[in-house]
Amino acid sequence: MAVLQSEDGPIWRKRTTQADFCVWFCWLLGVAAVSACFYFISDKTIWVFVLSAPQEAVDLGSRMVPPDWAYSSQLWRPLWDTFNIATLGTMLAIVASVPVAFCAARNTTPSKVFVRPLALFIIASSRSINSLIWALLLVVIVGPGVFAGVLAIAFRSIGFCGKLLYEAIEEIDVAPVEAVTATGASSAQTLTYGVVPQVMPAFAGISVFRWDINIRESTILGLVGAGGIGLQLSASINNLDWSRVAVILLAILVSVIVSEWLSAKIRNALT
Amino acid sequence: MTAALSSMANVRRTTWRPQPLIKSPRLRWVLALGAGIYLAIAVGTLDIDWERVAEGWPRAERFFVGFFPPDFTSRWDAIFAGLMESLWMTVAATVLGILISIPVAVGGARNVAPLPVYYFCRSIMALSRTFHEVLIAIFFVKLFGFGPFAGLMTLTFATLGFYAKLLSEDIESIDVAQAEAIRATGASWLQWLSYGIQPQVLPRAIGLAVYRLDINFRESAVIGIVGAGGIGATLNTAFDRYEFDTAAAILLIIIGIVMLAEYTSGIIRQKVQ
Repeated sequence: MAVLQSEDGPIWRKRTTQADFCVWFCWLLGVAAVSACFYFISDKTIWVFVLSAPQEAVDLGSRMVPPDWAYSSQLWRPLWDTFNIATLGTMLAIVASVPVAFCAARNTTPSKVFVRPLALFIIASSRSINSLIWALLLVVIVGPGVFAGVLAIAFRSIGFCGKLLYEAIEEIDVAPVEAVTATGASSAQTLTYGVVPQVMPAFAGISVFRWDINIRESTILGLVGAGGIGLQLSASINNLDWSRVAVILLAILVSVIVSEWLSAKIRNALT
Repeated sequence: MTAALSSMANVRRTTWRPQPLIKSPRLRWVLALGAGIYLAIAVGTLDIDWERVAEGWPRAERFFVGFFPPDFTSRWDAIFAGLMESLWMTVAATVLGILISIPVAVGGARNVAPLPVYYFCRSIMALSRTFHEVLIAIFFVKLFGFGPFAGLMTLTFATLGFYAKLLSEDIESIDVAQAEAIRATGASWLQWLSYGIQPQVLPRAIGLAVYRLDINFRESAVIGIVGAGGIGATLNTAFDRYEFDTAAAILLIIIGIVMLAEYTSGIIRQKVQ
């Protein structure tokens, strides 16, 4: 709050003139930067294609309706695969992320100098590579199929689960841990009776949350050949079989909504 | 003393066990059994071609030998152009997405909007959130043609669902007293919104914007794979040409930028909240 002195007495203003200029200048810079971004993008865009988008959309819509309902009977297996990719991938990730998280948490790590940075690096690199890119790599290594998808989901989820879990471990209450230590428990016993019970609910919540995200992610892994319903989707798109694409999209929509609802239910029950 | 000891010996000895996470033993057993059966069936239908997986080691080896040393120089122009495109897409899409999502968020907050508007806005959010960015990108590439414009639209659409949902939840959990005080001064609806509600959600809104900027950059690295421009397109080209050393360089750059972005966004979010 600034007060300006004038002949008629003090005038209250929200900011001083200097601060006003400063704010205005920041807005100017921001708007200029964003406009530059839009300019560069429009420079690289072929506007004829963009302008024809409404006709394209109408055309696409008319090809999608009516959906090829008969095709839906062939979708059960891909959906089952998609579900498996997400579930097994999450399970693998949980198993792998627990030791990583315990090594990364400041209060449980065996060595702050050596092990902790390594664990943090594992978490960061797993998180920054998207599961689609993991799938791209893994399809080359283990061959196309569901297995590559499971591994891709697992690799991506290790970082996510590990990060949230180690933050939960760092936030635990010290008193129970001290109490368990005071009984003469070994460090392994302290971990199982002092730390684990405290982070268990958070951990279960994290796993279910990631599972729900993974259902969404596993629907697209098929685009690079890593199994699941994405395989059918990319095949139908390549064949320009839009009535089938519509059915697949509906199937994805339903499964994502169901998994989100289920995960929200379970997380509510946990807390 | 001895009497006390003998009476203690009479007490039935039990072993203490930690409390299980799921209280009801019936539910616990059903869940465990169900999980076991599911695992058996799921692994059974995985169809793993173990011979192919065994071949994986030499392939992985060749892959990683191809990765090293990462080649930053020979395709630097393409990498740089892709990176710049990703950055433009990220910034433009975040700003555009947030501008669109603010009215949707206000409409999706139960304490501000009437019920029909609420349902309409909530369904927009649900629609945007269910489909993965890559799926949306495929369609936008079909509609708008290859290039960063499709990417911009995809990221904007994805930002809309994310930002509007979180912001509307924030608006729903504001302190009502302040908003009522503003209303009691005879403020119009818009004034009520901008003086009663906006100051309360602004710190969180800024934090969310920074967070979404970070996510959008990560996603921009992926949607290029299906033709929506950016560094992902460069990465895909590198893979298609078997230029694994260039691909490694791109991956390293992505990891570096993502880590940097996450670090700075974490600091900014801590500062504003």
